[in-house]
Amino acid sequence: MPVRIRTALLPFATLPLAACAGRQSALDPQGLQSEQIFQTFFIFLIVAAVVWIAVVTVLCVGMLRRKHGADRPLALHQSFERTSGRIVFVLGLATLVVVLGLSIVSYAGQRIVFAKDEHALTLKIIGHQWWWEVRYEDDSPDRSFVTANEIRIPIGQPVKVELETADVIHSFWVPSLTGKMDLITGQKNELQFTAKNAGVYRGQCAEFCGLQHAHMAFAVFALSPDEFGRWRDHENQSASSPADPLGKQGEQLFRARGCALCHAIRGTLAGGQLGPDLTHIGSRTTVAAGTLPMSSATLAAWIADPQHVKPGNNMPKMPLQSDELIAIVHYLEQLK
Amino acid sequence: MSIAAEQHALRDDGLNGLQLSTRLESIWRTPSGFLGALMSVDHKVVGRRYIVTSFAFLLLGGLLAVLMRVQLARPENTFLSADKYNQIFTMHGSTMMFLFAVPVMEAFAVYLVPLMVGTRNLAFPRLNAFSYWMFLFGGCFLWISFALNVGPDVGWFAYVPLSSLQYTPTKRPDVWAQMITFTEVAALAVAVEIVVTVFKQRAPGMTLDRIPLFVWAMLVTAFLVMFAMPSIMVASTSLILDRLVNTRFYDSSSGGHSLLWQHLFWFFGHPEVYIIFIPGTGMVSAILATFARRPVVGYPVVILSLIATGFLSFGLWVHHMFVTGLPQLGAGLFTASSMLIAVPSGLQIFCWLATLWDGRPVYRTPLLFVVGFIVIFVMGGLSGVMVASVPIDTQVHDTYFVVAHFHYVLIGGAVFPLIGAVYYWFPKITGRMLSEKLGRWNFWLAFVGFNVAFFPMHILGLIGMPRRVYTYTADMDWAHLNLLSSGGAVIFALSFALLLVNAIRSLRSGALAGDNPWDASTLEWATSSPPPPQNFDRIPVVKHRDPLWLDSASLPVVAGLSVERREVLLTSLAEAEPQIREGSPEPSIWPLLTAIATTVFFIGSIFTPWAVLWGTPPMAVTLIGWFWPAGSKEDEE
Repeated sequence: MPVRIRTALLPFATLPLAACAGRQSALDPQGLQSEQIFQTFFIFLIVAAVVWIAVVTVLCVGMLRRKHGADRPLALHQSFERTSGRIVFVLGLATLVVVLGLSIVSYAGQRIVFAKDEHALTLKIIGHQWWWEVRYEDDSPDRSFVTANEIRIPIGQPVKVELETADVIHSFWVPSLTGKMDLITGQKNELQFTAKNAGVYRGQCAEFCGLQHAHMAFAVFALSPDEFGRWRDHENQSASSPADPLGKQGEQLFRARGCALCHAIRGTLAGGQLGPDLTHIGSRTTVAAGTLPMSSATLAAWIADPQHVKPGNNMPKMPLQSDELIAIVHYLEQLK
Repeated sequence: MSIAAEQHALRDDGLNGLQLSTRLESIWRTPSGFLGALMSVDHKVVGRRYIVTSFAFLLLGGLLAVLMRVQLARPENTFLSADKYNQIFTMHGSTMMFLFAVPVMEAFAVYLVPLMVGTRNLAFPRLNAFSYWMFLFGGCFLWISFALNVGPDVGWFAYVPLSSLQYTPTKRPDVWAQMITFTEVAALAVAVEIVVTVFKQRAPGMTLDRIPLFVWAMLVTAFLVMFAMPSIMVASTSLILDRLVNTRFYDSSSGGHSLLWQHLFWFFGHPEVYIIFIPGTGMVSAILATFARRPVVGYPVVILSLIATGFLSFGLWVHHMFVTGLPQLGAGLFTASSMLIAVPSGLQIFCWLATLWDGRPVYRTPLLFVVGFIVIFVMGGLSGVMVASVPIDTQVHDTYFVVAHFHYVLIGGAVFPLIGAVYYWFPKITGRMLSEKLGRWNFWLAFVGFNVAFFPMHILGLIGMPRRVYTYTADMDWAHLNLLSSGGAVIFALSFALLLVNAIRSLRSGALAGDNPWDASTLEWATSSPPPPQNFDRIPVVKHRDPLWLDSASLPVVAGLSVERREVLLTSLAEAEPQIREGSPEPSIWPLLTAIATTVFFIGSIFTPWAVLWGTPPMAVTLIGWFWPAGSKEDEE
């Protein structure tokens, strides 16, 4: 289909679904790859609709048609048997042609979706039960950092994510930007995508990965290249030490109560590797991999009883006094 | 041969009418009493049990589906916990695939194939009894485990490493893996029986091009079972070895690979879809011919399509794995091979449409379900073509789009024909008609409920809802469509309740059916309803593809089978020429005892490795009992 007609038709296809197009939707493409996939899907959709309507029309006409002739079985007409045989043969050939045509359309789309760009910004994503580790690695160690559950990328620039898993199979999926790719044990997969427009796009684990599979979300922030550069410079810095007494108390409690056994905060003694890196947690928008929106209240609720918020997750419930909880939350909140 | 032997070998040539049928009935009937019932090897008795049991599992699996839909009807619902939800969707999938869909199709074959090919029992009747008991015990084992809170919770696909000991240290995946073994045994046994019955026990004259289409469909299915099941057998046995004795088949840190599981699983799992769908097409062909009042157009085309579908179904398992990081060119080839299956499926649809076009259709309930099947299945097939495309699949894989797609294919392609088949063959099996009025209600509730429940899922998947999530937040915009879908699910469930009511009412007070209430053309309608233990007093001779339409006045028969012992007539493979009289086994308690011993062995081995030691002697004893040479009277001379 010529591009012009296709682009003209696209709005009509999305019209009935416009209300549904959300921040995690394949029908509202915001990336080069997702747009290509949507166009392929659209061609398939048109063909499917035509075929289905044709079959149902023939079915209905066949059912309602007035029929003449004897009312007993096997009053067969040789001419009908011959004609229908030919029609079935032609339709079979037509099916074959359509199927091969669609295969070619599919392969053309596949080549674009999976095209590789050598100059892509590369980051590494490691799936955990049930959160995402995001590593921005650079040749110089002081340009490398680790964050969690939130990915920031520049718009207009190809991004390559290298996908690995720390435990079971997960699947990385941001429908607004591109299709999904699994994170397989003992294997390194990669996926490239390019965001066209600035915005926040939600992603979610798509492969069943155990008890809290439903709560393994993340967000991709597509920023202008300048903004991205600023964010990256800021993220490179270690956490700043708290100035106020409550913050200092929180920092101390963070170590004393065992939080640091699992979590790392760069620039402090906390160096745990099991849970998400919390260096700039105060600037994130959600708690517990997209489970709750970030606020002092939700952060407190999460730390006070993680098993209530996300039953079965790997963060144990720590016995904390309420003033201790307040101090820790205060400390984490100002890690921006 | 001595004079005594001559007397033993009394044939049916000399007997006629009532005398003959009384004599045969006393030889072929299932012994009376409770013990007798446990000993039965009659394909009709076993088939009936199989059908009823698999429908019981359908109700249980359907109940779980309704529970899931209740949970998903509202965002952040707390009706089910994450743990319960994960168990429930695993049990729903496992029950529907392993305890309902495959068994019910084989169950219909167990009941119908011998009648349709004009013989007195399946080949290997004791194996058939054994397979039923294994199926029953395996299913009960799974459901009792679920009730005791050890139900599997890692999905019916049980991907490693989630199902490995490291990530699921409970006994739940072991329960699942062992249940697979039970159903494998049952399915394989029935497949072997069907192949041998169709190839060697057809009525004389039923050449390959006179076999009813339903029987052809079951024959192709049986071959699929024989080639697909060993793959899951290897997969599940390796899984349980990894878990129980610390082998490393799937452990990528010591030389195994987690993708090995997916290849083995889907090499079984994709043909599995056709194992369920192809019998459905057989039912459609049977019902369509009868109610369109003419044979299905393009008999050879339909058969070649069935065979082609069977072959192709083994060449496209990789389309379940497009997002696992396989080489792109390979994935592209699997796109083409997956889409290619649209050609034989399309050819069958065109033949059915032509049949309706030329026929003078009688719109009774079975035909309504066939029409519903065409409307729904074509849509499912077309979304299947979409899913087969690599780029599209990267978006819709593991979303509700796929859930919608395969329910359109499996419910549209198999359950609608199946319910039609229930209405169609109920009179043959029970001797009574189902209510036509309730049947129409049943159809419309099912058709509307199904579409309301599953169509919105296409859109849900496209707007980002992944599968197997026990909850979602209100701000994802999924709430309205989910509520609609749950409402449809309730209507769909009601249609099955209505079917149950209809069946119970008709069993008590349905109109009497008579031998051939629909004026159908195949051999099962040539005997009384329900059929006598010997199926036919004399084995019919087949001269046409539609014997009852062309020979209705008097079906030619063969004479010369024994009336002294159970005997079936074996015929040649292609031309179905009579070859030899062959004894058919007597009722026996040993298949049941063997099944009990096997069950104890398998379940015991989950909990203690010693079960391998103390579990084998009972199995050996029961198997020796089963195969103890019993010698016929003729042999003793």
